Amino acid sequence: MQKYRTDMYEGMIAETVTVPGHDGSVINAYFARPLGSGPFPGVVLIHHAPGWDEWYRETTRKFAHHGYLAISPNIYQQFGHGVPEDIAAKVRAAGGVPDDDVVGDVKESLGYLKSLPQSNGKAGIFGTCSGGRQVFLVACRTKGFDAAVDCWGGRVVMSQQELTPKYPVAPIDYTKDLSCPLLGLFGEEDQFPSPQQVAQHEQELKKYGKTYEFHMYPKAGHGFFYYDRSGYRQEQAMDGWNKVWAFFEKYLGTSDKR
Amino acid sequence: MCTGIVENTRVSGSGKGPNGWVPLDQASVSYDHPDHAQAERAVIIDLISEEGGLESRIAVELTPQSAKDLVRAILASLSRGEGDELEERNGSVY
Repeated sequence: MQKYRTDMYEGMIAETVTVPGHDGSVINAYFARPLGSGPFPGVVLIHHAPGWDEWYRETTRKFAHHGYLAISPNIYQQFGHGVPEDIAAKVRAAGGVPDDDVVGDVKESLGYLKSLPQSNGKAGIFGTCSGGRQVFLVACRTKGFDAAVDCWGGRVVMSQQELTPKYPVAPIDYTKDLSCPLLGLFGEEDQFPSPQQVAQHEQELKKYGKTYEFHMYPKAGHGFFYYDRSGYRQEQAMDGWNKVWAFFEKYLGTSDKR
Repeated sequence: MCTGIVENTRVSGSGKGPNGWVPLDQASVSYDHPDHAQAERAVIIDLISEEGGLESRIAVELTPQSAKDLVRAILASLSRGEGDELEERNGSVY
């Protein structure tokens, strides 16, 4: 990675755009990219259960700052518009957003990124919380991603009782179809997913000979990147971010100068 | 939706939220990671008014222990207010 120097130029553009979604829908997305012709790798960010919120727009800009064409689709758009946490409450009460719809939305955002003239042809996928689960699901059910980062995604392992029409298959059961290298970041004190569930997932990845890195952080629970929540753990978060940058640089290439 | 644990029930009554008093129609009770409470996990209660819409949602995030305490307090007040009649209907609750 080339280090940033104070005499370097930097700039980005970040804005709300509309992109295709699942089943012919049109949805909002937050799109951030470095200024310049690139070529740049792309990253799709799947937002977390608290909704399409400020943390995700900030994180989308963070990826652009690090040299990526970054897009975060609003996967809750079918539930209407409003304050993100109110929409998240509506989704929660409705039992979540269907897996098929998320796969469709993300696939369309991937197509959008790869169609850009600045694209280097590579793309990754990143998500936290429920978005981490969906990262794994999408990486198994679609082709075209070159690297995936699942941060503390719960319910990759699901019991039969947890399956619903919206979640008909436990993501772990798709492991044999995983189409790209996977980075997983987890907290030892988390119960959703528990360390035992993460270990079970890891066994499945080994069984099918998949390329993956899992890191289990001590003294961290769920959501330890979220500086705006009580679960924030500075040391673990900074180490985790460094692992994200190194992983994406390895598989996507980057013009990162931070 | 990290946990997927949610219980919905119809309710009847009123609640006071950001837009004043509204009739309540639904309670959505989840066990999940809270937005605001200083806890790893919480019981999240959304009291919803169909008339008032999302903006009038009354949201509560309680630590698991305080949620249990609240349930006990609600049942205790019901027991004192409705007494034997309630016990006959829902004897197992106590």
